[in-house]
Amino acid sequence: MKVVLQNLTKKFPNRNKKQNADVIAVDNFNFEIPDGKLVGLLGPSGCGKSTTLNLISGLLQPTDGKIFFGDEDVTMVPAEKRGIGLVFQNYALYPHLTVKQNILFPLQNLKGKEKLSKNEMEKRMAEAAALVQLDTLLDRKPSELSGGQQQRVAIARALVKKPKVLLLDEPLSNLDARLRLQTREEIKRIQQKTNVTTVFVTHDQEEAMSISDLIVVMKDGVIQQSGKPQDVYDDPQNLFVAKFLGNPPINVFDAEVKGEKLFIGENAVMDVKGLTDKKLVAAIRPEGFVPSEGGSLNCSLIRVEVMGRDISVVASHPLCQNVTFRAIIGSEKNYQINDGKISFDILPSKIHLFDKETEKRIRFEA
Amino acid sequence: MEKNNHKAWLYLIPAMIFLGAFMVYPLIDVFIYSFEENYHSVSQTYTGIGLFNYKYVLSDPYFLQALKNTFILVVITVPVSTAMALIISVCLASIKKLRELFQTIYFLPYVTNTLAVGLVFMILFKKTPYSDGLINMIINFFGFSSVDFIGGPYWAKMLVLCTYTVWVVMPFKILILTSALAGVKQDYYNAAKIDGTSKIRTFFRITVPMISPMLFYLVITGFIGAFKAYSDAVALFGTDLNSAEMNTIVGYVYDMLYGNSGGYPSYASAAAIILFAIVLTITCINLIVSKKNVHY
Repeated sequence: MKVVLQNLTKKFPNRNKKQNADVIAVDNFNFEIPDGKLVGLLGPSGCGKSTTLNLISGLLQPTDGKIFFGDEDVTMVPAEKRGIGLVFQNYALYPHLTVKQNILFPLQNLKGKEKLSKNEMEKRMAEAAALVQLDTLLDRKPSELSGGQQQRVAIARALVKKPKVLLLDEPLSNLDARLRLQTREEIKRIQQKTNVTTVFVTHDQEEAMSISDLIVVMKDGVIQQSGKPQDVYDDPQNLFVAKFLGNPPINVFDAEVKGEKLFIGENAVMDVKGLTDKKLVAAIRPEGFVPSEGGSLNCSLIRVEVMGRDISVVASHPLCQNVTFRAIIGSEKNYQINDGKISFDILPSKIHLFDKETEKRIRFEA
Repeated sequence: MEKNNHKAWLYLIPAMIFLGAFMVYPLIDVFIYSFEENYHSVSQTYTGIGLFNYKYVLSDPYFLQALKNTFILVVITVPVSTAMALIISVCLASIKKLRELFQTIYFLPYVTNTLAVGLVFMILFKKTPYSDGLINMIINFFGFSSVDFIGGPYWAKMLVLCTYTVWVVMPFKILILTSALAGVKQDYYNAAKIDGTSKIRTFFRITVPMISPMLFYLVITGFIGAFKAYSDAVALFGTDLNSAEMNTIVGYVYDMLYGNSGGYPSYASAAAIILFAIVLTITCINLIVSKKNVHY
């Protein structure tokens, strides 16, 4: 089932009574979630991603705009009739019920035509439990499970009704780092197996990039950019998206265009055809630095961190907006450290230029 | 740990001295008195040891009346007050406007003096030469004849006592339950809503189990409190409760010690021990039942 969000807007009344303006949590949100895809809503805290999820779930009513499930307009349909499964950030498992009773709970609510016999319920419950590999833990209480297991119970409970859309609110934020890796693969596996249209909310860009078919980057309730994770990473439309995606983060330098050449400091770093002379911002991915004797970017070396697969070089440059920046280079490369200095050449495909004021992307021919 | 043990005992000594002197010692003493026949508190003499006091108390019609009254009071007021408090708390939790005002109003009886509330109930129920009381005016309005609630038939007096007790104990229960309900996370209700759970099922399958420890606490303390009821009956029917047929077990104990028929510490002790045994039994039953139904 595809989900279409049309001009979706949600305003909350301002708590501070002196300010009359409403708080706009989601601002004119337009997006189509294709059938059977896993979409990650990504953004910093307070960007409106959870609000968007709650609007899709029906727990919140939009101030404006429409939501379609397939061709059906569900904007006014109450949450329980939308046929969605929702996994809460803290799972919201009923603590007094066993795993089995928790998973059965949504089925026992079905009435009328949808009502299931005891055997059917058991069967559906067993299917859902098997899908998330909980078959052996059915008689435990949630408090007797690990965080990852609780998470899987929550997913099973959301899936047991065979929802049209599965919504996950920060599904991994309560797990430790190792479990997070496992669980995100688990979510991907379950999503691929059930082929249910899935939306999940996260503030962790790595999480979103690793398992999503599509990501939507939000800020202040507005979509900044959406698309396939790699495309958004390689081709950010503004400085915010460039900074938000990628770990270690992108390195931002003050730069200047003079005579169709890009200068960071006194050295020309690369050719930028078709650009007029002006000051702007250059953002360089950590993997865009190539150490080279006599390279165009001369920096002070602070330290070298060996990570095995590659090497992380921490250096500083007067025009870098942060005190230090980080370059990732392959460990096979042998290079010399000369008196605390290091020079880099920059890969043109890994450098993005942005306007100083609007922070919008400035395109150029390398 | 081992080393600190005697230090811990040292810190416990003050509390233990007071508890021992004013709680444990009297308890043992009462237990002993209850087996001493014709114990006299001034001369400190008694004529024999045995179950004589228990036999006397259990065949005393006043005690049996008190026992019956206490049981009726417990059986009616504990479930009624707990259920009503739960309903009111749920209603309070579901409104936003005026919630604090209503919370204050419902809490007022708790800070009001028992005897003052008794006075209000007099106005509501008592027949005077000038009026039959407010409740009787309402009864008359619907075309029925007046009932003498304070000096009339047994059921009418019991009704007033139960109403009064429920009224007095409810504020505390509402207070406890409102805060218990506020402690249930909204996420559970959202989850239930998304799954299409009906309001009634949400209440019985989610709300009640979630606040069950508090409910259980209220039932236990409610039972104990109702078994120890005395001042409520005095506030309504005066100090001569035996003639009003409205005595309670604690009232009987008091009468045996200090009342008009007083001066019998042995009988009072026996009655007190019987009450203790009853409360202990009921509490044990409660604990056993709760093991299955209370979710911590």
